[in-house]
Amino acid sequence: MGLLKLFWSLNWGARFGLLIVIFFSTCAIFAPWLAPYGQSQIVGDVWEPLFGKFVFGTDQIGRDMLSMLIYGARNMIALALLTTGCAFGLGALLGFLAATMRGWVDQVLSRFVDMIISIPTLIFALIVLSATGTAIPWLITVIAIIYAMPVFRIARAVAMDIEVMDYVEAARLRGEGLWWIMREEILPNAMTPLAAEFGLRFCFVFLLISGLSFLGLGLQPPLADWGAMVRGNADGIAWGYMHPLVPAACIALLTIGINLVVDTAVQKASGLRDDQ
Amino acid sequence: MSHKLLEVSDLLIEADIDGVWKPIVNSLSMTLERGEIIGLIGESGAGKSTFGLTALGYTKPGCRIVSGSIKLDGVDLTKMKEPQLRQIRGDRVTYVAQSAAASFNPAHTLFEQFAESAVQHGKMTMAEARERSVELFRQLELPDPEHIGERYPHQVSGGQLQRAMTAMALGCDPDIIVFDEPTTALDVTTQIEVLGAIREAVKARNVAAIYITHDLAVVAQMADRIMVLRYGDLIEEGDARSMLINPQHEYTQKLLNVRALRETRKDHNEDNVQLSIENITASYFGPNKNVLEDINVDIVKGKTVAVVGESGSGKSTLARVITGLLPPSHGKIIFNGTELKPALSLRSKKDLQSIQMIYQSADIAMNPRHKIKKIIGRPLEFYLGMTGKQKDERVLELLRLIEIPEEFAERYPGQLSGGEKQRICIARALAAEPELIICDEVTSALDQLVAKGILDLLLNLQKELGVSYLFITHDLATVKSIADEIVVMYQGKVVEQGSKADILTPPHAPYTELLLSSVPEMDPDWLTNLVDKRKRGESPTSESIET
Repeated sequence: MGLLKLFWSLNWGARFGLLIVIFFSTCAIFAPWLAPYGQSQIVGDVWEPLFGKFVFGTDQIGRDMLSMLIYGARNMIALALLTTGCAFGLGALLGFLAATMRGWVDQVLSRFVDMIISIPTLIFALIVLSATGTAIPWLITVIAIIYAMPVFRIARAVAMDIEVMDYVEAARLRGEGLWWIMREEILPNAMTPLAAEFGLRFCFVFLLISGLSFLGLGLQPPLADWGAMVRGNADGIAWGYMHPLVPAACIALLTIGINLVVDTAVQKASGLRDDQ
Repeated sequence: MSHKLLEVSDLLIEADIDGVWKPIVNSLSMTLERGEIIGLIGESGAGKSTFGLTALGYTKPGCRIVSGSIKLDGVDLTKMKEPQLRQIRGDRVTYVAQSAAASFNPAHTLFEQFAESAVQHGKMTMAEARERSVELFRQLELPDPEHIGERYPHQVSGGQLQRAMTAMALGCDPDIIVFDEPTTALDVTTQIEVLGAIREAVKARNVAAIYITHDLAVVAQMADRIMVLRYGDLIEEGDARSMLINPQHEYTQKLLNVRALRETRKDHNEDNVQLSIENITASYFGPNKNVLEDINVDIVKGKTVAVVGESGSGKSTLARVITGLLPPSHGKIIFNGTELKPALSLRSKKDLQSIQMIYQSADIAMNPRHKIKKIIGRPLEFYLGMTGKQKDERVLELLRLIEIPEEFAERYPGQLSGGEKQRICIARALAAEPELIICDEVTSALDQLVAKGILDLLLNLQKELGVSYLFITHDLATVKSIADEIVVMYQGKVVEQGSKADILTPPHAPYTELLLSSVPEMDPDWLTNLVDKRKRGESPTSESIET
């Protein structure tokens, strides 16, 4: 079968990464069927031990850690995907616009992006979110705007290279409008670098959401999320409980997995080979 | 027992093509004596570079030598390890690449790069290297040989850089130099100077050389012996002179005939002027740096006007002005009796439709992510409002017109050969049903036989459809076969214009004379005679034109 063959043609890093991504995606998609309990259901005592009655024990108020991790995967991945998607829609659109129109449009957009990018990400998010509140639409909007900025820069640089190609000139000579040139001439040729960037940005977004949750500004209970789980269980460290390390490991594992896959994808797309 | 200098026997080289090893050089053999120049000729994909480079014991990444031997003075290079080979390369066997501009390191002066390999091989000290560089720069007729070595690559011209690279290759007194298309990227007028200098230097030092090129006329000037390659096979091998007079194989005959001049019709109908360029002056950076100055050209309906000149003559800028990409600072363009708006964005769809353009590199002139049917179909949809079945049928009709199989409609440009791609570009231009097509160096990226096919196609289409062509080129052979009228440009000005017969028969303007005399001919003595003539002042040179 084609897919299996493709899998075996990958190096071990990519295989490992792919398995991680598939594992967590499965958890996310089938969460209600996989999780033994609900994500906010109190099922036992506080901090029941790991690998006992509950596989990953229970948290600081007695919820099942395994169920929370599974639901957490679903909440976090969905949120990060949606946010990264918005960031890419916005960033790529503006980037292409700047590259195709050049002149003052490019200047205004680029300087605006320079300005936003000069503000430290986490601080910017904290300030805006503490003013707007932590409703999910706000969370998505704020993080999407933050990450649209680096996407803008990449999209603009890639589009600039494409824009000088004869086929874009041919389209202009034909009299094609701006929208056609961006959608039909530039976008398909910018897809590869943008897709690679998507994988990387997804990790950043994921980590930022975890960080915000850790600080209490991310997803709010009863929705489970890994950052908040680290925060909630953090006090347990003092009593020798390993519980906060489990969600932390999940965050690390998923981001590493995605990075491994992205690395290989970029390598394949750019035509580089292992033996070179 | 005495050895030949280089003896390559039964060499089989394979290349990794999409994960499958396929032979690209099929059991080729070659011998080279001291002081002999052998010419390897063939179209792209013939395996000539791959084969030529093996004299260095080198194969490009993704290639491997399967069997055979490469003996340099009796020592087999295929059995050597990389460090030993490195000792030989740059010392006994050296290399001159096609694009000197891309092969020099822009961060170091010419001399630093000249001295690097010589000093590294322990052949000479820095001071000796300096002396030697001056000597070689002088021999290769570089200006100011004492000081040119202190310049950086971007401070000298392309032709000078190519000569500096030859000097570098000669630096260690090698036994063999491999020239890989050293003049392909140069203008005809520059090519002469480089060819002459290379030949003198190589002959004077009794160095053997392998000269790789696709141009039979060039190899005729350089080589003692010629090997004609095709798809990795040897087609014909023999003495240069006798091969030119009496080619044995059909393929060699075809290559020889490419340059033969074809007589085209000569009826004139001056009244029917379609496009008239009046007093056009244009510049990219302000009024003091005019790229075009006071250009006047008329294009008669259904005829071909060829604009000839070397790079920097402003011929491509003229195309940009006509298409509206670069509004002129002065002058106007009259199309079918009405004035065209200077800027692209101001022109009507009708105006855009009637002037189409075909580019030099079909590779980047088509969106690699669009299928052929979309590339050809878009103008149909955009200008003529065709959709659905009507559009698809018209696409197939156009494919038949350019002699491309119908199933290509479903392919992407990357799956096509260079000539096929250029045909698709022609179809795209035709789809708009234009009255004038601007062809910007459309054949210069193609092999000669393929280029001939494209020119034939363009001529036939003109006969059938009555379109006019503005043909921009630096290649006079192309001009001879396709033009009705010729405009010769030099440094942004028109130096001579008129009907083909007028321009091509003497007396010529000095620059036209230089251009015409610079086109290599199949005669092996052509270069020698020309250089003599120029030295005696009977034929113009680049320097005499400039003053």
